Amino acid sequence: MAFYVVQFLTGLASAASLFLVASGLSIIFGVTRIVNFAHGAFYMIGAYIAFTLTERLSGAFGFWGGIVLAALAVALIGVIVEMVLLRRIYHAPELFQLLATFGLTLMVEDLVVLIWGPDDLVGRRAPGFKGAIDFFGQNIPSYDLFLIVLGPVVLGILWLLFQRTRWGVLVRAATQDRDMVAALGVNQKWLFTSVFAVGVFLAALGGALQIPRDAVHHAMDLRIIVEVFVVVVIGGLGSIVGAFVAAVLVSELNAFGILIFPKISIILVFLVMAVVLIVRPWGLFGKPEAPARKTPGLTVNPWRPLTSNERLAALAALVIAATLPLFAGNYLLTVGSEIAIFVIFAVSLHFLMSVGGLASFGHAAYFGLGAYGIAFLAKMAGLPMIVCLLLGPLLGCMGAAVFGFFAVQLSGVYFAMLTLAFAQIVWSIAFQWVSVTGGDNGILGVWPPSWAASPSHFYWLALGIAALVTIALRAMVFSPFGYALRATRDSLLRSEAIGIDAKRIQWTAFVIAGTTAGIGGALFAYLKGSVFPDNLGISLSVDALVMVLLGGVETVSGAVIGAIVYKALNIWLVSQTDLSKLVLGGFIMLIVVVFPKGIVGMLEMLAQRRKKASPPGSPLLAKPIESAE
Amino acid sequence: MRAGNYFVGAAFALLAGGMAHSAMAQDIKIGEINSYSLLPAFTEPYRKGWQLAVEEVNAAGGINGKKLVVVSKDDGGKPADAQTAANELVSSEGVAMLAGTFLSNIGLAVSDFANQKKVFFLAAEPLTDAITWSKGNKYTFRLRPSNYMQAAMLVEAASKLPAKRWATIAPNYEYGQSAVAVFKKLMSEKRPDIQWVDEQWPPQGKIDAGPVVQAVAAANPEAILNVTFGADLVKLVREGNTRGLFKGREVVSFLTGEPEYLDPLKDETPEGWIVTGYPWYSIKTPEHDAFLKAYQAKYNDYPRLGSIVGYQTIKSAAAILAKAGSSDPEKLIAAAEGLSVPSPFGEITFRKIDHQSTLGAFVGKTALKDGKGVMVDSSYKKGADYLPGDAEVEKLRPKD
Repeated sequence: MAFYVVQFLTGLASAASLFLVASGLSIIFGVTRIVNFAHGAFYMIGAYIAFTLTERLSGAFGFWGGIVLAALAVALIGVIVEMVLLRRIYHAPELFQLLATFGLTLMVEDLVVLIWGPDDLVGRRAPGFKGAIDFFGQNIPSYDLFLIVLGPVVLGILWLLFQRTRWGVLVRAATQDRDMVAALGVNQKWLFTSVFAVGVFLAALGGALQIPRDAVHHAMDLRIIVEVFVVVVIGGLGSIVGAFVAAVLVSELNAFGILIFPKISIILVFLVMAVVLIVRPWGLFGKPEAPARKTPGLTVNPWRPLTSNERLAALAALVIAATLPLFAGNYLLTVGSEIAIFVIFAVSLHFLMSVGGLASFGHAAYFGLGAYGIAFLAKMAGLPMIVCLLLGPLLGCMGAAVFGFFAVQLSGVYFAMLTLAFAQIVWSIAFQWVSVTGGDNGILGVWPPSWAASPSHFYWLALGIAALVTIALRAMVFSPFGYALRATRDSLLRSEAIGIDAKRIQWTAFVIAGTTAGIGGALFAYLKGSVFPDNLGISLSVDALVMVLLGGVETVSGAVIGAIVYKALNIWLVSQTDLSKLVLGGFIMLIVVVFPKGIVGMLEMLAQRRKKASPPGSPLLAKPIESAE
Repeated sequence: MRAGNYFVGAAFALLAGGMAHSAMAQDIKIGEINSYSLLPAFTEPYRKGWQLAVEEVNAAGGINGKKLVVVSKDDGGKPADAQTAANELVSSEGVAMLAGTFLSNIGLAVSDFANQKKVFFLAAEPLTDAITWSKGNKYTFRLRPSNYMQAAMLVEAASKLPAKRWATIAPNYEYGQSAVAVFKKLMSEKRPDIQWVDEQWPPQGKIDAGPVVQAVAAANPEAILNVTFGADLVKLVREGNTRGLFKGREVVSFLTGEPEYLDPLKDETPEGWIVTGYPWYSIKTPEHDAFLKAYQAKYNDYPRLGSIVGYQTIKSAAAILAKAGSSDPEKLIAAAEGLSVPSPFGEITFRKIDHQSTLGAFVGKTALKDGKGVMVDSSYKKGADYLPGDAEVEKLRPKD
């Protein structure tokens, strides 16, 4: 019995650390609507700075003072980031801020290694909380008890802050309806900055408090970021109490789950999130989001099919791309194939995101399913490549059909997080089911037959399929189905009022996007000759998101450019420098500030302006998408 | 950084030979891939190790008079990116062979690439048994003692312990799974009386140490096998120390004696664990002394195990290239099979039967000395003594 009590308390201690970080994220999202991918980075910097301070400052005061100072210092960094970077892009399309914080995260991962060195750092134990307390023969670390108390105390302080101060009232009001708060004359700038500072402070405090139990190292951020997102979503976005309950729920389920299924930790949080979101689409304590008050026609250039000149330009670009094997070597051709495959992947997500308005955080699932489909068909059934390429993506299609059905019942970030949960579930199946998938050692030897094996042939194949996919998806945008899908994106209520079955349209779009991603994955399996759970992983999903956002989410085919730029730059940087993340992160942040509508979105806007400025009849600029391909 | 590595060998040859211009066209290139950005704690010393080796090889006249150049690439910890890098090295850089890699799945991905493109590949660090056995191929050789070998070394010591109730803690991925599986199998063969009372599988890099420690303690084992390392190990040790998990229990632990993983533990190092590792401070052989002296003179730092792996990878590769006298992969394979080369741990041989080197490891016990973790009572275990018999290996490995 004592054991179960202690296990419960241990779970509570884990929950407390999780809650500190999650509460910060929840507040920031609630008010600013920023999906702060850099929250884990702030957590990590908090731990690093606290390590330095607690090593330098002596005594109990030095330790606790160091922890608090570190959190304050990071909060200050947060303020600077908010003022210099995020303030410029609040009016960018939804999720664009994700791109900025993603760039920041990349930079921080390399920076901490440059500053603090590559070794794992182990800080000192908290003065006064070094030992353990005996509880009927079981030991409870006293630091755990400290955390168990700290969690509710922070919750209480936040509650008082939100309920009893004017600032809190404003924050709650902004969480509910920020346009209204702005209309009432509240200085939004400072409200956002202060909220961001408080959120970052909590993240850094959470990181700093890990010093007595963890090692400080450069991958801490990724370890926590996804988990806290999940906790925030389970609890309900913007709800502090929800974050607390969710943290306790997840931690306790883990603490007791491992007693029965020792391998459950790897997937538990995602299982819980999937169940919670299917049963309660807005999390445990969240409220349904009010229908957005946006007027799309004002911000977005109306979409139109390409003019015949533009078609010619696109065709010319394709022909030029097809001549690459005449002068490029094998390496460039293989990189070209990889880029073409990522164009397929990116346009499939782009179709879902910009045409359907459904941002998926787990799109790699369908890419990876396509790849595994190939591996199964080619390795186990021994089918020829053409048959495999036709059938392999069906696995992606089936996955999208099943998961899409549940996912489209939700919207916004909840939709995104449910897709993430599904992707992680698929990933963990690929990772765990060693006898079928080979686990993390993957399936090897999936090479194309000799007719497609030469880099130039494979390049033409990949390029051809990428072109076909892009054309097909574009055609779909301007088909009746595409108009219906755009209607559900722009106004769900009005589209339903005119008889569009929104859920079914969105589901169909989801399946189309998933199948297309599967085609990309199928080609990828042949390109690499092997399939690994990585092909389904979060980082690949994030890559796809970055490509779409970089290209411009409000464009018809911006993802093509986004994919080319991002992938080419990534491959080149990784090959040139060990600090590729630092440079890539910096580049992304620069793009975010200079092109707040994405590369293509910005170019289109410039072209639009020029058209307005010049007399009518001036020759139309060829659309940048095609000319750059 | 990269360009720096690339030119270290070249610059040195310039100083030593003064014939750089005429030799430029005839450089012999080795393409090296590792997870530099993902695992800097291991790969930084590793890089220093191979840079030292390149310097020594070229100072001694290069490879049959030609300068050795290592072109190094980062794989970011992703198998797909490792293949892109391998492709660049082979197609654009024209390297004679591939070498390196840390993670098992990346090692396997590059090994499969090597098999498909018919390129010689010397895997440095990946521990998975699959790379030489179930998924072995004729183009792939491996330097480090495999999972099986390290498990066999630990079992030798562990089977002498009186403990009968064992629990295991291992990261939930292939490395952890196969380490536990081999250890259990070999242990149960020697000691049929052993009971396996609990197993914990925290996700790699994400251990929630408190509940794991409690769960293991609840099963009340007499001994524990640990396979976690890095930050997970730190958390496990800290929670275990506070909660008294290791008190009165024997612990057998993979890799914990390596400076990379032992040093961060500082004064929290648990004492008396039976571990594999690298006690550089207590190895007194002429080969190791020479290595240690050269390493410390160049870097003013002590070597980690990664330094040995990096150093020996390039030293072995150079020996293979020198013996083959050609960059033809078939000749390289013929040269490497059965080749014996000196190493800081004594002479090692690349076995013909499965392309595994006989590099061994040190087994010893952890102890605290001046607030730091060290390995004591350590002895070197030769790799050759801990591999299964030829008949069994032939069954494990597909025919070329």
